[in-house]
Amino acid sequence: MLTPEQIETKLDQILLKVQKPGRYVGGELNSTVKDWNQTQTKVALVFPDIYDIGVSNVGLKILYDQINQREDALAERAYAPWVDMEALMREHGIPLYALESKRPLACFDLIGFTLPYETLYTNALNILDLAGIPVRSADRNESHPIIIAGGHSATNPEPMHAFIDAFVIGEGEEVIHDIVNVVQKFKGSQVDKLNPSNLPSFKRDNLLRELAQIPGVYVPQFYETTYLDDGTVASTMPVIPEAPKVVNKRIVAKLLPPPVKFIVPNIEVVHNRVSVEIMRGCTRGCRFCQAGMITRPVRERSVQEVVDAADEAIRSTGFEELALMSLSSSDYTYINELVDAISKRFEGRKLSVNLPSLRIESVSVDLMNKLKQHRSAGFTLAPEAASERMRRIINKFIPDEDIIATTREIYARGWTTIKLYFMIGHPSETLEDVQAIVDLCRRVIDEGRKVAGWKVKLHAGVSTFVPKPQTPFQWVACDTRENILEKQALLKRQLLKDKSIRLSWTKPEDSLLEAWLSRGDRRMAEVIYTAWKNGAKFDAWDEAKKQEAWLPAFEEHGLDPAFYTHRQRRTDEVFPWEHITAAVRKSFLFQDFRQSLEGQIRVDCRLNCFACGILPTFANLRRENPGEGWKCPDVKSPGVGISNQLSVVSGLSPAAGD
Amino acid sequence: MRARITFTKQGALRYTGHLDLHRLWERAMRRADLPLTYSQGFHPQPKISLASALPLGFSSRAEVLDVRFNEELATQQIADRLKGSLPRDIQIMQVESVDERAPALQTQVLSAEYDVQLTEPVDGSDLKRKIEEALLAESLPRERRGKFYDLRPLIEKLKLETDEKGKHRLFMTLSAREGATGRPEEVLQVLGIEPEYTRVERTKLIFQ
Repeated sequence: MLTPEQIETKLDQILLKVQKPGRYVGGELNSTVKDWNQTQTKVALVFPDIYDIGVSNVGLKILYDQINQREDALAERAYAPWVDMEALMREHGIPLYALESKRPLACFDLIGFTLPYETLYTNALNILDLAGIPVRSADRNESHPIIIAGGHSATNPEPMHAFIDAFVIGEGEEVIHDIVNVVQKFKGSQVDKLNPSNLPSFKRDNLLRELAQIPGVYVPQFYETTYLDDGTVASTMPVIPEAPKVVNKRIVAKLLPPPVKFIVPNIEVVHNRVSVEIMRGCTRGCRFCQAGMITRPVRERSVQEVVDAADEAIRSTGFEELALMSLSSSDYTYINELVDAISKRFEGRKLSVNLPSLRIESVSVDLMNKLKQHRSAGFTLAPEAASERMRRIINKFIPDEDIIATTREIYARGWTTIKLYFMIGHPSETLEDVQAIVDLCRRVIDEGRKVAGWKVKLHAGVSTFVPKPQTPFQWVACDTRENILEKQALLKRQLLKDKSIRLSWTKPEDSLLEAWLSRGDRRMAEVIYTAWKNGAKFDAWDEAKKQEAWLPAFEEHGLDPAFYTHRQRRTDEVFPWEHITAAVRKSFLFQDFRQSLEGQIRVDCRLNCFACGILPTFANLRRENPGEGWKCPDVKSPGVGISNQLSVVSGLSPAAGD
Repeated sequence: MRARITFTKQGALRYTGHLDLHRLWERAMRRADLPLTYSQGFHPQPKISLASALPLGFSSRAEVLDVRFNEELATQQIADRLKGSLPRDIQIMQVESVDERAPALQTQVLSAEYDVQLTEPVDGSDLKRKIEEALLAESLPRERRGKFYDLRPLIEKLKLETDEKGKHRLFMTLSAREGATGRPEEVLQVLGIEPEYTRVERTKLIFQ
């Protein structure tokens, strides 16, 4: 294997031939470089897209800090090299390396991928290949790193089951330590590693068996899936006694202190900013929203903690922008206090503050006004649907009048551009519902002109809905290519000619690719592998070869893409992800789906607990952390046995609201 | 006050370009909590100016910038505060106080010195002959980005040193005036050396 010095020498010969060589050299402020030879366990954390996108990912930053805080472990980073760099690396025999030590990824004990969205799958395969590590889990032996993955797309890990040794379901900040501990136990101490003859013969299989017993960890090779004649799943069952029948997601009872020492890149990247998570989870229950379903329960940080962390992070990075992250800022209990405290703390410091996901109401305009943001940035709102019927179906109910009143207020207060996000392709959507998007956009502009004149502008971002696992819409069919094109044609015909309105949309090919992968089964793994062999990578990019790589791959393996996208699932269908749960029960999701068909809305679950399944699953955690921190009701029933992260659902007396 | 900072740019920072370096310094000064003076106008910019752009891939022992602060500070204090705020591949060599009315830094640069290590073996006597030829030539016509120019008057000094192990190093002093900047890789090409088999370090900027 190449030494860091050899890699650096080779890099110096090629870096001036690629775009933005600063992506490939590390050396950033706040990166952690530990002594390789003095550290027992080495972890490489990988965001499988380019540096410019991956370097600011907060999830990996949390894990990077967690691991580097340990004396016995180190974490380094790697990203997908852009195609120009990849070609030169392959030509010059440079394996993918980690930025801190410039050591090949293959030297690490553990490699952790984050897979926040499905279009990163082929990049993950490509990265393993570029690192000289067998792409398939089954082809790896004791000399190879253990490959783990987590992130939102792990809620259906099956399409990637053949490539990843172990998935983390849910939140990673605690479980990463459990995983590192197991790896340490099997791979020996640093002293052992320097004298391999001392090393107890470790068996990869034994290590994985032990990982499979950690709550929240799923090791796919210990499960077997059988299928019915119609191609749907009959069952997925463990084949070893150590593996649980159902893998329940892992959560932290209380959010850990947020990261403050963000990596400061030496080149410009997409987000040069400090991000502080103010709250995790969402109580709104929008039926299309996977994040809202899988990140429950809602846990909030205190105003003091957020403001202090933001201050320290701004001081340690020098960044010009602060993002206060959550799925729904307006729902943060102390949002007014937070905005006041932020404005006060950063007064006169030339900081731009980003408060995303605000509710469509005039209070939101007041909040943004207090943050004294440049009006040039535009004001973003997400109605998601434009007809009241559709809004009932998706459970994001906002009367048109509220939207008009809010947008009017925004224009009146001096913003000239409003961005409105919509989706087409919601279940049972008709062309009339799409027409409603056009009508609403026009009305927003017309009303805006009354208060702010002809300069008002609107940007309508219309994406296409993709049904996701672990949501109430996991049963529904996705629009066909023809449906999508027809709806988009309607929008384009009417909105593109309007000079005040800018329209953007998602290509149907991109949405369908995401749809194949998000609800795919184990057989999709072969399609992914073949598509990658056919040249698929950077599937989230416009440059990617999509159709020519993916469609032949489906054909080669005798699978029909429409089976995954355009098929309404039977009510009793066993899903490929049936053995994985984000603790929101299937029965709850199904009930919510049925209510959707009837146009019934469900209110914010802070007002009324609908017993989604979070409380009984995490009853002990809630019991130990009563009060305001969680937005679920308190658990009153007595605990059973010793406190345990994951209580057994059936063995417990019903918790509040259950 | 106006302060002049001389600093190194090594390692990973060799691949950070001029504009990104400017941004890097802005952030470093903010991290160090130094009282930056900002320009007036709709988009206020801190008053930081870099003497001379260093081509991507080169390291340097002597980059120079001027910065204006709202208050008088001891130069040692500036250096101390910046120390913990910079990425490891930038080190501060010197901080001086400069007359506020002195002309802009960029207009003061005359020439730059470079130390070029050859990483692949070459025929030393052949190289020596090429250097002599280049220095004797009346003109060295070159084309860069579609423009023709004469490299010869931009070369002030050019010298080869060979150590006992046979490793070669070229020392060159090139003009670095605005609109008349000699580039080391152009000189290397005249000498028949591929720039990718060299390591170039800027060792000094010479001012008026």
